[in-house]
Amino acid sequence: MLKNISKLPFKGTKEQEEALNKIIADNKHDKSRLISVMQEAQNIYGYLPIEVQKMIADGMDIPLEKVYGVSTFYAQFSLSPKGENNISVCLGTACYVKGSGNIFAKLQEILGISAEECTPDGRFSLTACRCIGACGLAPVLTVNEDVYGRLTVDDVEGILSKY
Amino acid sequence: MKTIAELNAIRAASIKNVVLRKGADALGTDIKPDCKYNVLVCGGTGCTSSHSVKIVEKLREEIKANGLEKDVNVIMTGCFGLCALGPIMIVYPEGSFYSMMNEEKIPRIVREHLANGQVVKEFLYNETVNPDGTIKSLDETDFYKKQIRVALRNCGVINPEDINEYIAFDGYQALAKVLTEYTPEDVIKVITDSGLRGRGGGGFPTGRKWALCAPNKAPQKYVVCNADEGDPGAFMDRSVLEGDPHCVIEAMAIAGYAIGATKGYVYVRAEYPIAVHRLQVAINAAREAGLLGKNIFGTGFDFDIDVRLGAGAFVCGEETALMTSIEGNRGEPRPRPPYPAVKGLYESPTVENNVETFANVPQIILRGAEWFASMGTAKSKGTKVFALGGKIKHTGLVEIPMGTTLNEIIHEIGGGIPGGKKFKAAQTGGPSGGCIPASLIDTEVDYDNLISIGCMMGSGGLIVMDEDTCMVDMAKFFLEFTVDESCGKCTPCRVGTKRLLEILDKITRGEGTLDDLTRLEDLCNYIKSNSLCGLGQTAPNPVLSTLKFFRDEYVAHVTEKRCPAGVCKRLLSFSIDKDKCIGCGKCAKNCPNEAIQRTDYIAPGHKLPSYQIDSSKCIKCGACMDGCRFGAISKK
Repeated sequence: MLKNISKLPFKGTKEQEEALNKIIADNKHDKSRLISVMQEAQNIYGYLPIEVQKMIADGMDIPLEKVYGVSTFYAQFSLSPKGENNISVCLGTACYVKGSGNIFAKLQEILGISAEECTPDGRFSLTACRCIGACGLAPVLTVNEDVYGRLTVDDVEGILSKY
Repeated sequence: MKTIAELNAIRAASIKNVVLRKGADALGTDIKPDCKYNVLVCGGTGCTSSHSVKIVEKLREEIKANGLEKDVNVIMTGCFGLCALGPIMIVYPEGSFYSMMNEEKIPRIVREHLANGQVVKEFLYNETVNPDGTIKSLDETDFYKKQIRVALRNCGVINPEDINEYIAFDGYQALAKVLTEYTPEDVIKVITDSGLRGRGGGGFPTGRKWALCAPNKAPQKYVVCNADEGDPGAFMDRSVLEGDPHCVIEAMAIAGYAIGATKGYVYVRAEYPIAVHRLQVAINAAREAGLLGKNIFGTGFDFDIDVRLGAGAFVCGEETALMTSIEGNRGEPRPRPPYPAVKGLYESPTVENNVETFANVPQIILRGAEWFASMGTAKSKGTKVFALGGKIKHTGLVEIPMGTTLNEIIHEIGGGIPGGKKFKAAQTGGPSGGCIPASLIDTEVDYDNLISIGCMMGSGGLIVMDEDTCMVDMAKFFLEFTVDESCGKCTPCRVGTKRLLEILDKITRGEGTLDDLTRLEDLCNYIKSNSLCGLGQTAPNPVLSTLKFFRDEYVAHVTEKRCPAGVCKRLLSFSIDKDKCIGCGKCAKNCPNEAIQRTDYIAPGHKLPSYQIDSSKCIKCGACMDGCRFGAISKK
């Protein structure tokens, strides 16, 4: 999977590092828990910059290239930071058949960014996601934890104006 | 839980909490319910996305305000199935089916129905109200009438976070039965005789899978549950985990006993937070009750389960890739043989089944192989859960006996196509499957029939398409998916799918030739026979089946440079109906390429001159048509 790798400088805090070190200490006995550790790390930092991957590799005693291999393999792992508000448009089949492709295009047009990118002011990022399972509400998008369903292209601006 | 007597005691004590929902007769009991009403609110992903959690809060608040706490129990369940009408709420004992719920409707329902016994008919799902005003039961409605619920039997009936409710509906009785009455060979025989086949898509006989693994000796063997439901548009497994997680836990323990494994893993998508949470709650409750852990029921059988979260890779639905991922690696598939039954997870003998397959197991043990085999067709027994989606009225989750025709599923259960549009095709099997055209709508759905028409059962996503769907665009959509998800290990899949996508893209841009169609077919067949795993071997299916059934659409794209469904933008031409145009000029403002100009013509009854599109400048973005409120712009 092609990943957009961020060139922004890494801005991790001490608290974040402590939280990550605790996760690593809890799991380092079992190397098969690498993916779980990376999921937790992404929860802490919001994404997995190379600096975080290096901490995981050192802490778990796993080669960095393996950590990097895993991070670029799975769709869930993001190598670039998300915006303050992350918009995810479902492009699963049920939503696509009902026109979610047009909704995604409209968002790209309004925000001026494409998939996996963040607006220059850091307020919005855009993701194309696979089926979130709310097919009954298709087409669906989520902004952070909020779900919006049964959408038309005209609804898009109204939703953005709430954030 | 040390003994079966304790399990039975919990069941006896819990029936009073659930008896209202099925009726005393159906449960064969004379135990009186503990309250007057059970209000069940759907807590599946679909309904929680439309705020069913807030409905529950409001409900509890109103019940308290009316002093009805002792009379009414509010329970959050899994999916009821009819997602199109969510959020859904059912009130027992009447079985009143309130649809499209919101917080504003609650006070009236509490006041009139729960306090005074008067059902609020105008809030009910309209199909449950007869023309004469009487109410019919849910089982008589078109959506539910032909369904038989085996895998989904507890979904929308029990509180998935309360182990006692599961036990009240005979939960863990099947595990008790096999541990005390059956040898492992007996268990495998029952599953084999039942004719159960893998519900993940392939349809491999489950009994045979277990039998292949059982004799292999190893210090540690594993049972793996595949809950990595990656097929976009499918949500069967998620619904089972959200609505009835204990049945999967019980079935995995039964499988463990049958093959001699003491350790199980559930590999579930991280994108399903509700399912993950309920599964974890269920596993903890089962451990606490002694239904997982050491020496279950005092029989000396040990079994425990761990949850692993998938990180979003479609290929991990393939069994060897899934096991590689559990081990903490990139989820790349491994060549077979050796099969997982011999060398699976951590190189040990492993049985892997998907969620729906496991969900059938406890009922087969309790009700017998013959009961299960009496449903379905000659070679496909039992039922199948489908997630209906796309252009269909009743989107949702249905469970039907194998052999039901597609026509019955779409037009009777699914309520047909909305907006009076024509049915064009149904897509099953997701990116690995194919399309079933209108001419084959009377096909009886089972594993072998679908394979014979170049399609496949798949895990159960069933997407309906109408005349507005372009089949070339659809094939391209699925190829984009597989190109993205190809793990890159083998060349036919990594490079081949990319080349397929390029040809399809060329066709949708109007640059294709008839030779391209031949090249498409040749390349499809090459990828199918040379790829390492199921992902690559099935990736060409959406192309092959659309080429087979909708070749005329491909030909129209190629020779006439026309998209019959009006989807492929590069092939469209936009025009303004000069007599409908009121001359407001909004289209010209919206046009990013200044392709729309005012004309001299003023239509009768209008004040301003109409506009026209210069097709040589038009970039076919559709902005004009989206903005026109008078329906004056059309595309073809």
